[in-house]
Amino acid sequence: MWRYLIPVAIFGALIAIFVRGLALDPSELPSPLIGKPAPEFTLPELEDGTKTVSTADLKGKVSILNVWATWCVACRQEHPFLLRLAKRNEVAIYGLNWRDQASKANQWLRDLGDPYTATALDEPGNVGIDWGVYGAPETFLIGKDGTVLYKHISPLNEQVWQEEFVPRIAAAEKAQ
Amino acid sequence: MRIISVFVSAFLLFSTALAIDSGEKFKDPELQARYEKIISEVRCLKCQNQTIKDSAAFLAGDLRVEIRRMLMEGMTDQQVFDFLVQRYGEFALYKPRKEGKTLLLWLAPALLFLIGALAIGFTLKRRMALPIDQDAPEEQS
Repeated sequence: MWRYLIPVAIFGALIAIFVRGLALDPSELPSPLIGKPAPEFTLPELEDGTKTVSTADLKGKVSILNVWATWCVACRQEHPFLLRLAKRNEVAIYGLNWRDQASKANQWLRDLGDPYTATALDEPGNVGIDWGVYGAPETFLIGKDGTVLYKHISPLNEQVWQEEFVPRIAAAEKAQ
Repeated sequence: MRIISVFVSAFLLFSTALAIDSGEKFKDPELQARYEKIISEVRCLKCQNQTIKDSAAFLAGDLRVEIRRMLMEGMTDQQVFDFLVQRYGEFALYKPRKEGKTLLLWLAPALLFLIGALAIGFTLKRRMALPIDQDAPEEQS
């Protein structure tokens, strides 16, 4: 009698796997960098090309590195949230301007406001490749010791922030 | 007829423009062959269902330039693939490596076949053991 339930159980398990599979977004790939030291870079700063921004700047506190570009439509959608986040002083927000032009990027920050502590300018896109960036906007969460803790692909918003970032930031603050 | 030939020649003209990779060829034909093999096995992360050989996305172009540079510097195919996997993960390779967690991908078809074959084998063996003239459903026992 029970043996008739075996196919039903297998069918149920398949349905569960498919439902889970449908809920996943295939364009969001897990980053192999998570848990590893942030890739080293030293890049000119966007607003003042004589200064530089490097991996060392990210260390010593919990910070996020937000990858953006002026050609990126979703970045424009994300921008108001970054401005609000910057006012709350929860983390240091660094920008990585990826595959863009300094003049356009500066214009963007003048027009829309500048949420970033500093923005690194990666015009050729090499640092983007080192960080495994494949589509802006992407946001990395970096621990005090410079470890990549999390990567979010697609625009940030309040819900994503509360669900994915806040608990991880709290844990990172505690962990020293 | 003329219209068709216009279309055909337009298509032929267009298809030459389809050669995405505008980079210079390597002088060494062996290096060129390695390069072409590698770029046809790496996924364009931006477009996902294209290789970086076929993709016109700027990221694919950037990765072709990187791969070209690495080959010029004398890196092996393995080192180039490692470079990509370190940054983008196993998903970047169209042919997953036969090690670690991707080994399951390679073994799964054989495993499923084995399970199916065993199931059929056991069922047949059991059924063949039944008396031939018995009409009653086998669940009666």
